[in-house]
Amino acid sequence: MNAQTVPAVGVEAIGMTMRFGGFTALDDVTVKVPAGSFHALLGENGAGKSTLVKCMMGFYTPTSGDMVVNGREAVIASPKDAGALGLGMVYQHFTLVPSLTGEENLVISRENAPAVIDWGKERRDLKSFMERMPFKIPLEQPVSALAAGEKQKLEIVKQLYLGRRFLVLDEPTSVLTPGEAEEMLGLVRGMTRRGELTVLMISHKFHEVTAFADDVSVLRKGKLTGRGRVANLDRRKMAAMMIGDQAIAALDQRAPTPADAVSVLEVNAVKAKDRSGLKSIEIDGLKVKAGEIVGVAGVSGNGQKEFLEVLAGQRAREAGEIRVKNASYEATREQSRKLNVRFIPEEPLRNACAPKMTVAENIAFRTFDLDKDGKPASWISARAIRDYATSLIAQFKVKTASLSSPIQSLSGGNVQRAVLARELSGAVDLLIVSNPCFGLDFAAVAEIRARIMKARNGGAAVLLMSEDLDELLELSDRILVMSDGQLVYETPIAQADLHVIGEHMAGKH
Amino acid sequence: MTDIAAPASAVLSPPRAPLALAWLARRAEGVVIPLGALLAGMALFSVFLLLLGKSPSTFLELMWRGGFGSWFSIQNALLRATPLIFAALCVALPARLGLTVIGGEGAIVLGGVAAAAFGHWLGNAPSVIVLAAMAAAGMVAGGLWIGAVGALRHYRAVNETISSLLMAYIAIALMNHLVEGPLRDPASLNKPSTHPLTEAARVGPIPGMDVHWGLVVALLACVACWLLIEKTRWGFAARVAGGNVRAAQIQGLAVGPLIVGFCALSGALAGLAGMFEVAAVQGSANASLAAGYGYAGILVAFLARQNPLGVVPVAFLLGGIAAAGGLIQRRMGLPDATILVLQGMLFIVVLMSETLYGRFKCFDPDRWKRAP
Ligand SMILES: Nc1ncnc2c1ncn2[C@@H]1O[C@H](COP(=O)(O)OP(=O)(O)OP(=O)(O)O)[C@@H](O)[C@H]1O
Ligand SMILES: [Mg+2]
Repeated sequence: MNAQTVPAVGVEAIGMTMRFGGFTALDDVTVKVPAGSFHALLGENGAGKSTLVKCMMGFYTPTSGDMVVNGREAVIASPKDAGALGLGMVYQHFTLVPSLTGEENLVISRENAPAVIDWGKERRDLKSFMERMPFKIPLEQPVSALAAGEKQKLEIVKQLYLGRRFLVLDEPTSVLTPGEAEEMLGLVRGMTRRGELTVLMISHKFHEVTAFADDVSVLRKGKLTGRGRVANLDRRKMAAMMIGDQAIAALDQRAPTPADAVSVLEVNAVKAKDRSGLKSIEIDGLKVKAGEIVGVAGVSGNGQKEFLEVLAGQRAREAGEIRVKNASYEATREQSRKLNVRFIPEEPLRNACAPKMTVAENIAFRTFDLDKDGKPASWISARAIRDYATSLIAQFKVKTASLSSPIQSLSGGNVQRAVLARELSGAVDLLIVSNPCFGLDFAAVAEIRARIMKARNGGAAVLLMSEDLDELLELSDRILVMSDGQLVYETPIAQADLHVIGEHMAGKH
Repeated sequence: MTDIAAPASAVLSPPRAPLALAWLARRAEGVVIPLGALLAGMALFSVFLLLLGKSPSTFLELMWRGGFGSWFSIQNALLRATPLIFAALCVALPARLGLTVIGGEGAIVLGGVAAAAFGHWLGNAPSVIVLAAMAAAGMVAGGLWIGAVGALRHYRAVNETISSLLMAYIAIALMNHLVEGPLRDPASLNKPSTHPLTEAARVGPIPGMDVHWGLVVALLACVACWLLIEKTRWGFAARVAGGNVRAAQIQGLAVGPLIVGFCALSGALAGLAGMFEVAAVQGSANASLAAGYGYAGILVAFLARQNPLGVVPVAFLLGGIAAAGGLIQRRMGLPDATILVLQGMLFIVVLMSETLYGRFKCFDPDRWKRAP
C-alpha cells in the first residue's frame, strides 16, 4: 500500500478477439502499455474500446487473445483476478456509495475489510496513505457532498488504495469541467512520470490526448487502425485513423431568425424543489422563439437537470406556468404530439430508455400507439416496429448487433444515437436538449450539432442545456446562465464574453 | 456514409438456419431454468422427508397418483388450478409494470363475499343475470382492493408489496366480519356462512367433466392478458413504465392511470377467482375462501416468469400437487402442513433461480448465430 515502493505495472493485450454471436466487436487487437506510460485509446462510438478494456479486466472472456502482465503471461478470468495483479478500472459513472464518507468508501471497498472495523487505526493508516498521494480530497465528508471532480479523484484514489498500479480510465473527464479535468489528468500524469502508475485512458477529446498521453492506439470497427507516439501525431492524423476518409458533417449556415418569429416556449414563474428537496429552482420569463437556439450554461448541479425534469413532466412543479405555442403545457403525450415537442435528456439510458427492452422497441417509444397513417391505434404491430427501427437505424447510423438486442448492450454513443433517431424524426417545433454530445466521438458530435442547427433553421425552437461552453457558443443565438436554480444572466451570442459568462456561472454577481 | 451503415445491415439479416437455433436457445432458458428449479425444490423436499424418516419415492408416487395419474385426479388438479390461474395473473400483470403485488388473497376473499351477497340478493332472477351480477360484483370488489394498492403506490409512494400484504389481512378480517355478522345465514351454526346460493346462482360443470366453467374463463383470461401485454398499446406502455419510469414519463405516458388500471384489472381477476369458488365450489361464502390460493398464485406467477400463458401449465402442476395433498397426508401419516413446506421450499428455490438467467452461455441466442 505504499505508493513509492510499489512500482507501476506494465500490461499487454495480445491478439484480442471478441465476438458477440455473429458480431465481431474486437478483431485481433494488440495493445502494449509499458509500465509507467500514459496510453490513450481512441476510436469512434462502437469501435470496441470499452469491449477491449472489459476483456483486459476480466469482465468479458475474450473469444481469443492473451494477457501479459509485467512481462509474464497472466490468466484473467474475472475482475478479481485483475485486481490481484494490480489492474483496476475507473468507470465513466461513479461507483462510490454517496451516503458514506470517503474514508468509509475506501475501507469497505477493500477485499479483506475486517468484520469489525477499528476506525481509529484505519483513519491513521488512511492519513499516512493520503500524505503520499498527490490528490487532496476531504475524506470526512459524505461522497454526495463532493463535486464531480473530487468524486472522480476519489475513484482513482480508491483504486490506488486497493493497490492497483495499472488503471483503465474509461472517458474519465466527461462528467468534469475543463478545469477539473485538467487538474485530475495532470496529477495522474505526474504519477506515471514518477513510475508509480500506468494508465490506459479511453477518450474522445483530442486535446486531452495531446496534452497528457505518451502513446496512442486507435480502434475502428473492432480493428486496430493505428498507433504511435503522440508527439509524432497531430489531431488530423489521429482523426484520419479513427474514421478514415469519411466526411465530417458540416454545420449549416445560421439562417437569420425572422424578426416576427413567435415565441414557442414560455416559462413563467415556475418553481420546483431541487434534487435535495431543500432548495428550489425558480425560472421566470424564459422565452424561446421559433428558429432560435437558446443555450443555457451553468456548472453541473445548479438546477439544469431539475429544470428539464419539470419541463418533461418528470418532476412536479409547485407554481408557475409553461406555455407552448400559446397553450398551457403539462407534458402529456397528446400535447407533446400535437405541439411537436421533443426531449433529449442527458444520460439517455437512464432517462429515456428502458434498458432491457430491445433497440427496436426503444426506438418505437414515441410512435408505438399510432398506425401507418398516424392515427391512434390500440393494437401494436411488431412488424411495423421493426421496419420503423430498421429505417431509422440506417438513417442515424446506429451500430447494433441486431434489432432485438437489449438497448443496454449498445455502446454509450450508440444509445445516444438511437434516442436522437427517435426524437429527431418527423416535424419538430420545440426541441429541449441536454448535453446531447456527452460521450460521442468527434464525427458524431459534428453530426448531431448539424442536426440541431438544421432543426433550428427549419423553424424549430431549441432550448439547449449544456455544460460545454464551446458547444453553446457554436450553436446558440442567445446564452442564458443558470446558477443556484435561477437564470441569472442573458446575452446575445454576438456580445457573448466568455469571461463574463464564467463569472456568472461561478455565482460571482 | 454507406461505409458505416453497411455492417449494421449485414448483421441485421443473418442466415436463416442458425436463427432457428438462436430462437430455440432464447426460448429454452425460460423453460429449463424453472424446471430445474422445480426439480431442485423436490430434491430439497426429499431430504426433508428423509430426515422425517419417510420415503421420498412413496411421496412421489402418491403425488403422481393423487395429482395426475388418473382422469379423476387430473380433474381434481384442474379444479384447484382454476383459482391459482386467476391469482397468478393478479401477480403477473402488475409485475410487468415493475410492481410486486402479493396480496391477491385479499381480492379473492372480498370477490367471493361480494359475489355471495349479490347471489343471495338476486337469487330468484334468471341465471344469466345473477351470474353476471355476481361476476361483476366480485370483479369490482377485487378491482377496487388491488386498484387501491396501485393508487397508494403511485400517488403516495407506499410500497405495494407491503400494502397489498397488509390489505389482504384487512380483507380477511372484513370477510370474517361480514360472514359472521351482517351477511350471516342464521342457519349456519358450526361454520358461519352466507346464505346458500340458489340453483340459479350456481356455476355448473363443463359437460363431460367435474370441472366447472371457471376453468374456461381462467384460460380465456390468460390469453386476453397475454394479448393485452404483448400486443396492445397499453401493454407496451406498461412495459415501458416497468422498464424505466423516467423514460415513460418523458414520453408523456400516463404512468399513474397505467399503474392503477393494471392493478385494478389484476384485482378484478382475483375477484373472479373468489366468485367461482363461491358459485361453483362452496355454494356460499365462508372462512374457507381464505384457502391460500392467493399466496400459492405468487409461486405460480414466479415459476411462469410472469408470463400469462406460462401460468397455465404451472398452475396445473401446482394444482396437482395440492390435489395429492390429502392422499399423501392420509397414506404417509404426514401433517397437513407438509404440502405447505413443499410449496415454501419450491418458492425459495424458484426465487433463487431468478438470478441464474443470463448465466448460462448455451442460452445466449447470439452464440448460435454463426459469423457470416
Ligand atoms: N454484450 C454485448 N452484446 C452484444 N453486442 C455488444 C455487447 N457489448 C458491446 N457490444 C457491441 O460491440 C460494439 C463495441 O462496443 P463498445 O462498447 O466496445 O464501443 P466503444 O468503443 O466503447 O464505444 P463508445 O465510444 O460509444 O463508448 C458495439 O457495436 C456494441 O453494440
Ligand atoms: Mg464505451
